[in-house]
Formats: sequence, C-alpha cells, structure tokens
Amino acid sequence: MISRYDSLFQQLSEKNEGAFVPFVTLGDPDLDTSFEIVKTLIDNGADALELGFPFSDPIADGPTIQAANIRALEHQVTPEDCLALIQRIRNYDQNIPIGLLLYSNLVMAKGITPFYQDCAKAGIDSVLIADVPVHESKPFRIAAVEAGVSPIFVSPPNADDDTVREIATRTRGYTYLLSRAGVTGTETQAALPQNKLIETLKLYHAAPALLGFGISQPLHVKQAIAAGAAGAICGSAIVKIIENHLDDKQALYSHLGEFVKEMKAATRFSD
Amino acid sequence: MSKLSAYFGEFGGMFVPELLVPALKQLEAAFSDAMVDPSFQDEFQTLLNEYAGRPTPLTLCRNLGTGNNKIYLKREDLLHGGAHKTNQVLGQALLTKRMGKSQVIAETGAGQHGVATALACALLGLQCRVYMGAKDVERQQPNVFRMKLMGAEVIPVHAGSGTLKDAVNEAMRDWSATYEDSHYLLGTAAGPHPFPSLVREFQKMIGEEAKAQVLENEGRLPDTVIACVGGGSNAIGMFADFIDEESVALVGVEPAGKGLQTSEHGAAINKGTKGILHGAHTFIMQDKVGQIEESYSVSAGLDYPAVGPQHAHLAETGRATYEAVTDDEALDAFQALAKHEGIIPALESSHALAYALKLDKEVNNQIICINLSGRGDKDLAHVYNIIGSNNLGSDAS
Repeated sequence: MISRYDSLFQQLSEKNEGAFVPFVTLGDPDLDTSFEIVKTLIDNGADALELGFPFSDPIADGPTIQAANIRALEHQVTPEDCLALIQRIRNYDQNIPIGLLLYSNLVMAKGITPFYQDCAKAGIDSVLIADVPVHESKPFRIAAVEAGVSPIFVSPPNADDDTVREIATRTRGYTYLLSRAGVTGTETQAALPQNKLIETLKLYHAAPALLGFGISQPLHVKQAIAAGAAGAICGSAIVKIIENHLDDKQALYSHLGEFVKEMKAATRFSD
Repeated sequence: MSKLSAYFGEFGGMFVPELLVPALKQLEAAFSDAMVDPSFQDEFQTLLNEYAGRPTPLTLCRNLGTGNNKIYLKREDLLHGGAHKTNQVLGQALLTKRMGKSQVIAETGAGQHGVATALACALLGLQCRVYMGAKDVERQQPNVFRMKLMGAEVIPVHAGSGTLKDAVNEAMRDWSATYEDSHYLLGTAAGPHPFPSLVREFQKMIGEEAKAQVLENEGRLPDTVIACVGGGSNAIGMFADFIDEESVALVGVEPAGKGLQTSEHGAAINKGTKGILHGAHTFIMQDKVGQIEESYSVSAGLDYPAVGPQHAHLAETGRATYEAVTDDEALDAFQALAKHEGIIPALESSHALAYALKLDKEVNNQIICINLSGRGDKDLAHVYNIIGSNNLGSDAS
C-alpha cells in the first residue's frame, strides 16, 4: 500500500504545489478545542499535520510551544487522551498524513514496541522524537517500521556528511529539514535558502524535505519551496494564534483559517 | 585514547536533538585529546594546586560518633569556592578555551555550580551566563551576588517550576542556538554523553587522594566510602578510584526530603524508574505516563529529579548501594559536625554524614571515609530559618 506521505507528495507534484504542514500541541488548550483547531487546519488547506504530545520538559521548544505544553498539561491531558484525539482526527479525515512529534521519555514510559503499535492503531503515519538523534535511534526506528509507522529524522544545518547520509537513509515519509540552529519559535526567523543541504539530501535519495523552525510568513514558505524543499512546517506562528485567542473561540478558528489559507496559497508555484 | 563509551550498561547515551550532536562530539574529541596531552594536564594540575588548593586534607574525626569506628572526612569543603564543584569547572573551562570558544553557559540550582563557573570564567577570561530558576534566584541572593561580582550574567528562568530542572532546560535551549561560540558547562555527572564521563574524570582526584591518604594513615583501604548523590558528581569523583577495590563498600546517599513515603524527596535511584531526562537514560522521577515530577530536598544541591547514568549502573549491578536520608536527619548531622568537630558542612554533605552516623552505630572497627563535598556557609540563613538560633535540634551523637 502506498503511504499517505507518498501519495500526498505525488499529488502535490502533479499540481505543481508544495506542502503546507501546520503543527499544534494536542490538548492545547483543552481536548475539545484542540479537535476543533485541527479540524480548522484541515478544512482550510493543511496538506499534512504535525501534532505534539504535551511534555513537562520540552528542551527543543521555545517559549510559545512551551506555553502550549503547559496549557495542555494543566488540563491533565495524557498521551492516552492524545491518541484518542488523533483517532477522532483520523476518523474525520482518512487521507491526510498525520505526524507525531514528541519527546523520548513519553515513548519509554509506554514501552517502545507498544508505543508504536498504539500509534499505528490510532492512524498515525510518522513519529519524530525530538531528543533521539539518528545514532541513538535503532530500537525506536526498528519498532516503528515493524508497526508500519514512518520514523522521521531531523537534518540540521550543522550535520557532517556521514550524518546527513545516515539521516537520509533512515528517515521515511519525509525529512524534517531544520532551517536554523536554536529552538522552535518565531523569535528567530528561518535562515533561507537551504539549497545546498536540500541538494545533498536529494543526492542521498532522502524522503522529501519539509523545512521547519522559524516559518511564520507566506514568504518563508515560498522561499523554502524555491530552495527545493517539498514544503514547510509551521508551528509557533500557529500556536501563537491559539495563545492570542484563548478567550474567543470563534475568533480563534477564523484567524487560524485565514492564516492557513494564506500559508497554503504560498505553496502554489503559479505566480 | 580510544573513543569513550557513551553507555554504562543500559544507562547513559546521547538523547538530544540532532542539532546538538555535533557540539557534543566536538566536546568528546577535545576531551579525549586533552586527557593525553601533557600540557593540558600540567595546566589543569597547576590550577588545581595553586588556585583551588589541592590536595585537600583528610581529617580523622576526634569527637563525632560512637568511637567504635574511625570516621574520616575528605575535606572538599576547603577547596576554593567552598565545594568540590571547582575541580571539574576548571577542567571544562580549560576545554572551552581549547575548543576556541569564548562563552560559557551554565545552569545552577543553589548557585554553587554557578559560582564555581563564574570564578573559573573570571580567571580564564571567558564570558559567562548562568541560568537559574527564578525561585532559586530569590532564595539564593548571596550566590547571585557572588556570580555577578565575578562578572557572570545571571538569567532567571520563569518556565516550569522555576528550579534546577528548568534551568537545565533553558541552558540546553541556549546552547542549541549558540554552540558555535559557546560551551555548555554542565554542573554534574549527568546529562548526555560525554558529560558523565568527563565530569567523573575531572572529579576523580577526590577518590585518588582519599585512597592514598587513608592508606598512608591506616596501612589499609577504608571499609566504606560514603558520598551524597544529587546528580552525583562528588560521589562519582569519590567512588571512581575505589570501584575496582572490591573490599570497599560504596554508599551513595540520596535526599529523602520529607520521607520516601511522601512525594517530597529527590531519591531518583531509590524511588524513581528508568527513563530519559536531559539527554541520558537513567533513573528519573516521573509519573506513570512519563511526565517528569518535581523533586524536593532541604538541600538545593540534591534537588534534582534524575541521577547520573553511572550511578544508575552502579546501583543496578549492586557495586554501590544507595541509601536515603531525610531533611531532619541531615539537619541533625549538620549540627553534630559543627558542635563536635568545629566544621560546618554543606547540607548536601550532611546527608552523607547522617548516613555515616547511622552506620557507625551498627558496625565496629571500621574505617569509614566520607566525602565532605562542601562547606555550609551558603546554608546558614536557610538552616537558621528552619531551626532558629536557640532551638538547636536533637544531637545526632
């Protein structure tokens, strides 16, 4: 069976479009609102989803996503709740690729093999563990592939050639291309373009590259695609919209919808 | 030198974002080179001897305890800076320069590691910024002032619980943006590889000296070596040279806080479970789904919800045992050492001492060697607030 990522990238390339992939923390600010938020992302043109499990110590995240983690944890959102939420999202949309982004201790606490089995059952296509670099990934990626889940690896701007090759070999579905050093957030913009690293990844036949970190404007999306990426991942700018409209859900959904539409429009090459 | 192993049995590893791997590998390479470079070793040794005050004495207690055993104190409290922290900080500061980096990032809980880092950076001309939980900044004003006097920038961390764990998170975030010019000078034998090995190597003179000093005084090895364990740097420094001496019992002492049966403690080995925190697979305090729990101890230096991976391994294999001592027991030992020997120990070290005093009541004719890892000046205000000046607690001897 062709994976959801493969068929997405194939369709997009036929339409001459890039992928727009929003990220949100699951359960932020609470489970029901979180479902409505994800539905809004899908309805307004998201090509795939990156969804985070809230964690107490998110070392790769800047202040915006840290705050989202805290909001979700304050509502006692557990990994089980998040899996159930993903199941609802999968029932709502059978085709959209769903990527999970989380920290290793949540995987360890469940047990590596049961964790990936649960992911597959909930309809998750890929898992990126923020604090498992490729050289520590063996037990994780073996369990992932056995369960039919794509392990995703991050290709940072500072990796040496051997590491890039290893990442290219191990990542399935897509490659998370890091736009810059640092943590997630719009405080530091993406460093563009990334042509050289994208070329290297292509040389090693890596899965299509999605550029993330510091993507907050349509221009960033355009630049990412112009540089050869298959699309862009946008987290903190989306989460910021949630943070700014916690008291007014209708305004939240309409602002989110507008933003997603604009970002998606920037993935079309026609202009 | 052969490449260092990242693992101690199943514990350890380098569980960090891919972005930080090159910085950790650079550190590992610089460290491996430095360890076989006589000029580095000379410079480190000179700083230890002439700046920090090594070797530190070994003191035989005259009055403390039952008199049935010999209780020795390894006097790291006499080191410049007031604790063993200075040893490894000097080593890492020299490595920073060796890597051509000009900035140092550090985390600190009570401020002891921050102070040690600040003094080394002042000495060696490095820029220093120290992340410290906002709550700790309030509680530890004298140490904040010390750091600032020595030219360090102190950055309060408001995220999370505003304590050591959050300061570590923030230091790692900073490092992931600035690794080209900055070194993360981690304060304990925990965290991702190579820190647990590197910190052990830069602290193991404690045990080497203690071993030679006990041999000289007694003509034999000690029966039991005791050290307190938070992250575990003073303990691994004390244990390292004794690990292969099978006749020597190694005892690490964790903070039981208000009691191991409560949720307010910091005993990651005694009460924690296996997991990954701050880059290492080790014992951590966590809930059943894997969220990290807050630790607690009267002693800020032991208030950390994980433990260095080599300690996890020593515990799992049974080579070392890990006991736990409550706040109250530590406070009693703190007062007993002051009253009977004229030495005011750090609250951290008081945990090791409290266990030694228990052991002293159970055995005879033993040589017990305690790492007195730091002095108690920093704790005076805190202890005063707990016990008052007129109500000196029960006498531990």
